[in-house]
Amino acid sequence: MSAAHDDHHHGPAKGLSRWLFTTNHKDIGTLYLWFSFAMFLLGGSFAMVIRAELFQPGLQLVEPNFFNQMTTMHGLIMVFGAVMPAFVGLANWMIPMMIGAPDMALPRMNNWSFWILPFAFAMLSSTLLMDAGAPNFGWTFYAPLSTTYAPETVTFFIFAVHIMGASSIMGAINIIATVLNMRAPGMTLMKMPLFVWTWLITAYLLIAVMPVLAGVVTMMLFDIHFGTSFFNAAGGGDPVLFQHVFWFFGHPEVYIMILPAFGVISAIIPTFARKRLFGYDSMVYATASIAFLSFIVWAHHMFTVGMPIAGELFFMYATMLIAVPTGVKVFNWVATMFRGSMTFETPMLFAIAFVVLFTMGGFTGLMLAITPADFQYHDTYFVVAHFHYVLVPGAVFSIMAATYYWLPKWTGHMYDERLGKLHFWLSFIGVNILFFPQHFLGLAGMPRRIPDYALQFADFNWISSIGGFLFGASQLILLVVVIKCIKGGKKATAQVWDGAKGLEWTVASPAPYHTFTTPPNPDLIEAP
Amino acid sequence: MSRESQTSTKRLVTKLMLTVVGMFGFGFAMVPLYDVICDITGLNGKTGDQVVQQTETVMVGDREITVQFLAQNAAGMDWEFRANDPQVKVKPGEIKVVSYHASNSHNYIMTGQAIPSVAPNEAAQYLKKLECFCFQEQVLQPGESVDMGIRFFVDESIPEHITKLTLSYSLFDITDYEKPQAAVTLN
Repeated sequence: MSAAHDDHHHGPAKGLSRWLFTTNHKDIGTLYLWFSFAMFLLGGSFAMVIRAELFQPGLQLVEPNFFNQMTTMHGLIMVFGAVMPAFVGLANWMIPMMIGAPDMALPRMNNWSFWILPFAFAMLSSTLLMDAGAPNFGWTFYAPLSTTYAPETVTFFIFAVHIMGASSIMGAINIIATVLNMRAPGMTLMKMPLFVWTWLITAYLLIAVMPVLAGVVTMMLFDIHFGTSFFNAAGGGDPVLFQHVFWFFGHPEVYIMILPAFGVISAIIPTFARKRLFGYDSMVYATASIAFLSFIVWAHHMFTVGMPIAGELFFMYATMLIAVPTGVKVFNWVATMFRGSMTFETPMLFAIAFVVLFTMGGFTGLMLAITPADFQYHDTYFVVAHFHYVLVPGAVFSIMAATYYWLPKWTGHMYDERLGKLHFWLSFIGVNILFFPQHFLGLAGMPRRIPDYALQFADFNWISSIGGFLFGASQLILLVVVIKCIKGGKKATAQVWDGAKGLEWTVASPAPYHTFTTPPNPDLIEAP
Repeated sequence: MSRESQTSTKRLVTKLMLTVVGMFGFGFAMVPLYDVICDITGLNGKTGDQVVQQTETVMVGDREITVQFLAQNAAGMDWEFRANDPQVKVKPGEIKVVSYHASNSHNYIMTGQAIPSVAPNEAAQYLKKLECFCFQEQVLQPGESVDMGIRFFVDESIPEHITKLTLSYSLFDITDYEKPQAAVTLN
């Protein structure tokens, strides 16, 4: 290739430096997605250890302390390493293409915000190899368990969280700047695809709460190393304060993990129902309402610590209020499918499973919101079942749906539909066998985060573990599908799906390295 | 990007960075905020921040309130620690004196700090202490025993439905704190 030609058309650099120094939103999106998948497998392997130990009552495979390290690392890695980076990866890939922008607004920062992540997780995971062992205080790292009684490796954990937080904040700033400043002419806010809307709102949530997370781990650092007493009762601090600060971050965090999923589902269902999304405006307002409400419900995670009755009532009603905008969304998805010409390709299967199973997770969330009932459910497997229903067949299924949906656009090839469907059905069946019995376990009183349990819980744990192994193993099919699709397959058209709407489908498949260097024709931009 | 949109990006990013810094600060601001809210509402059974100044008994009404006293060692502490009077009956406004017993059976000097908590939480703000061993650190010589006093009264504005309240002390070992300033801000 001649130098003159290169000047005219920048291709990606060759070799490793392409990935190290890239500022291209598509490359960075790809890096995020592969990183997230690697973390998904790592966090998943920890889950397999947990399910293997719980397969039978009694202690078989691991020490209780190691079991605690597994539950902690599983939670941390899945939340901060798998789900969040996956959505950032999707945002990097799709947002510029959806709004007709040539790249993200701050490409160099984009590179930085990805490349600090592997270091954060290498540091966190390295604690597993240390004498003191990995963090063992649960992913919610309640003080004083994570301060006074923590293993010495807690400092690695603290700095890892700092780095993850910095990465998320940079990613969020980049997305806001891109969406607000880089939209193509004619792409008004109320014409943006919902994935862009939900990410814009998510990015604001990240900016608001990730610094609070950084603050709370900084307080821990000071308590552990510098003799302060933020959370130390003997020194005048208050362990309950930790829970308030943590959940002020933690509750918006759960919406950070689910709002982009709403955006993905709102893109996929109209495509395969071949109808416009029902109630676009109400979707935008519902997302914004959920984001606002997420700031005033945090104490529903801690009803049992003791609170004035007025406080418990306030947090109970505010929590239940979230069901209203969420219900609007579910209604809109169902109304979009109603009398549509539906076909059931893999992305649509995952999307429909999302709607059904996420709604179930939402209902158990309502049950947990009822203060007097929560005293019974608190810290039982019912809670585990609830948040896994919203996170696995919720957030994770939406990421898989998005992967199948946009894979032809990324690789230029159609994926293997037969394998995709196999992956879906095994995941769908596996996830329900895995988590549905955990509702019963929780209602019967089995506490969470224990390596051993009373005999009456044996049957449901056995079933749940079988489902866990099935679900875990079937994720390898996704890896096969993606690799096969990168290597070859039926050529994808630019349109890919005949019902798909939006600017990303106007560029060739695979998407050229640079897209929309000149803005798209404003006439092509229509409200979704 | 055009120069115009570059400046507007710069302005936006500056604002967003300031928000980040502000929210980091807000995380820390939650600490005093939480203390204030606890003071006002008695959340977590915290009992007011200061020694109350009152010299004479102003009894109001003839209702009787049972005040129970609990003692427990926090993890890692093994002094003998108990309430000398497990419970007393008081009239609102009446000043009472009770005492706790502590002894250090170790062969070295230890420092203890008692942290109070009141149940039910809403009663916390009506329990007023004139004097309490929890206001200071307790330094006990090897084998030393002490009786430590509390002078308190129950405020007359305590709601009718509270007929019994519990004052519980957790005793922490703070011997190893380099320069324990714990007691200063404590109630």
